[in-house]
Amino acid sequence: MTDIAIVAYAARQQAEVEENELEMIAPLIEQVRSETGLGPDDIDFTCSGSSDFLAGAAFSFVLTLDATRPVPPIVESHVEMDGAWALYEAWVKLQIGEAKTALVYGYGKSSPGSLRDVLATQLDPYTVAPLWPDAFGIAGLQARLMLDAGDVTERDLAEVAARSLADAADNPNAVRAGAHSIDELLAEPYLHDPLRAHDCPARADGGAAVILAADDVARRVCERPAWIRAIDHRMDVHHFGVRDPRRARSAELAAQAVGVTSDKVDVAELDAPFSHQEPLLVRALGLDAANTRINPSGGSLTGHVMMAAGLVRLGEAATRVHRGDADRAVAHATSGPWLQQNLVAVLEGD
Amino acid sequence: MAKQRCAVIGVGQTKYQSTRGDVSMAGLVREAALRALADAGLEWSDIDAVVIGKAPDFFEGVMTPEIILAEALGAAGKPVLRVHTAGSVGGSTAIVASSLIESGVHRRVLALGFEKQSESNAMWALSLPQAFQTSINAGAGGYFSPIIRRYMAMSGAPELVGCVVAFKDRQHALKNPYAHLHQPELTFEEVVESPMLWDPIRYSETCPSSDGACAIVLADERAAADALNPVAWVDATAMRSEANNFGGRNMVNPAASSLCAQDLYAKAGITNPREEIDVAEIYVPFSWYEPMWLESLGFAERGQGWRLVEDGVTRLGGDLPVNPSGGVLSSNPIGASGMVRFAEAALQVRGMAGEHQVVGARRALGHAYGGGAQYFAMWIVSAGD
Repeated sequence: MTDIAIVAYAARQQAEVEENELEMIAPLIEQVRSETGLGPDDIDFTCSGSSDFLAGAAFSFVLTLDATRPVPPIVESHVEMDGAWALYEAWVKLQIGEAKTALVYGYGKSSPGSLRDVLATQLDPYTVAPLWPDAFGIAGLQARLMLDAGDVTERDLAEVAARSLADAADNPNAVRAGAHSIDELLAEPYLHDPLRAHDCPARADGGAAVILAADDVARRVCERPAWIRAIDHRMDVHHFGVRDPRRARSAELAAQAVGVTSDKVDVAELDAPFSHQEPLLVRALGLDAANTRINPSGGSLTGHVMMAAGLVRLGEAATRVHRGDADRAVAHATSGPWLQQNLVAVLEGD
Repeated sequence: MAKQRCAVIGVGQTKYQSTRGDVSMAGLVREAALRALADAGLEWSDIDAVVIGKAPDFFEGVMTPEIILAEALGAAGKPVLRVHTAGSVGGSTAIVASSLIESGVHRRVLALGFEKQSESNAMWALSLPQAFQTSINAGAGGYFSPIIRRYMAMSGAPELVGCVVAFKDRQHALKNPYAHLHQPELTFEEVVESPMLWDPIRYSETCPSSDGACAIVLADERAAADALNPVAWVDATAMRSEANNFGGRNMVNPAASSLCAQDLYAKAGITNPREEIDVAEIYVPFSWYEPMWLESLGFAERGQGWRLVEDGVTRLGGDLPVNPSGGVLSSNPIGASGMVRFAEAALQVRGMAGEHQVVGARRALGHAYGGGAQYFAMWIVSAGD
């Protein structure tokens, strides 16, 4: 395998971004370029992730492409997925050995619509979607099953939220932050029984940009590259009747494939849009919560950009490695209801 | 690890038609996937990963449909990637799948493209307002017709060249059981007399709206050795994208198109495409794009592509048959259309194209484009040794 690292990362999360998608993402692309000194001509491959359903227009990414300044034309691809999977596609491309550098970006501007309702269109169009099940309601069912089975308590969920909100105070990109006692949070009303507002993702507009580089290029442009030691992603079945909502089978498989538990994990950035999904993922990935710092950025509970949240987790984990705060970090991305599809990566410093 | 060789070992297609009301989306994709697996002599459990591509989710009204198609594609517990690069997506999907083999990450990958246009309204989906753009509410034909006019003016091509292409592709389609349009009674005069939709594009010079799916099984060298049927080696792949809002764009011969072709031929060691390529499946949703792409792809000098059409070079039996399957003009399940070009190129060099087989085809081009002619995906496949 070729050694490939995340060498630069920039992100923006904001409750509502006024600019359009192109204007929103272009400054992030310029930022990672100037950090690495890699201009448009130095990038061998570009890959992005976004959703037409958020932009409200078909082929929306076609217009956003101009943010890369693709003159002359570039070698480029796009996934209708979270930018984390765009990063995966770029990683594969770099593994072939013909490309040495890649620009990856993901973005979503969900404020113009009701994301909770838009996500209903991800469900079976013949039997489930016509009922317009609310995304928070579906997550609430999962939380209820976990509570009833004794996997978690409501106090556990409040603890996840309190820790995330406190950590988010140091994250300029967080859209929700602050010190709260557990009892204070438990006194809040339910939004979707058993979920309270702080148990649900803090919806945000924004995006993230990352530069990947291979071997010597990575060492040249970055003081301490975050080497992608392993990366894997898996899909689970979709239909609710055939899933065990208390487990994320696909996350377990991806974690095993990348060897999460083979060594100490200093930091884990998990895309857990709902509080109950954090302990579920900690278990699925085999993390030792006592010895691993979980979501020091505040995680998706304090800032969640649809189609970029996973790429943000990869970037946040890489940043910890860049700074020397972590030697071995795990990053996770998810997609679909009840954590249906999951990506896990192990990042290491030299 | 050095770059691995990649081969097409299986191809599966559904019948393309206006409405596949007999199956759900899951049923449609599974039909193509099962045929590809049967061709490859494989079971679901042999597949390491699935790469799925389709055009805008608005075409069916389902956001990220790969989520609901996991079971149908035998993808439980496996990696799934969902590609979307506008109209070129079918080609890009095959290329992403080939990169999973070439990188050594996987050994057998299922690539699938589909569209079930009957479940929504493509014309509506294509006319949604875009940032910075004046909505012309005229679909793709309204966008491309002025570009075609420009080509006609620049090349001095006779006015009926488009009709020659359309009639040829509809004749070819009669030899392809999967093609959407089977019009055995159609005459050249009827093509010429068909209603003008977007001058100079007549009704019979446009693609239909189709439901359908196409699947390809790709394998590394070791897995290809065990294949049931002859394989097609992927000699080279290339992709290029160009800016949307750039005053310097050449709309008739986009830089992304010619650069993509140059890159492709360099990787495949091709110096004279007209001599070295036996058959081409080129993305031609509007008739005039055949001569335009022939020039951009280096099969003809600038302004001369229409002569190949007029001389019958691109007919089955000519020395460079283009779209023997009937092409996009005869079947257009948008998200699959690019993959159909790639798959048909593979079928030709495998000698498995049936009635529309080009005798002795050893090397073939698969081509797809999308957006406002900004996105390009191409591959060269060969019969190998």
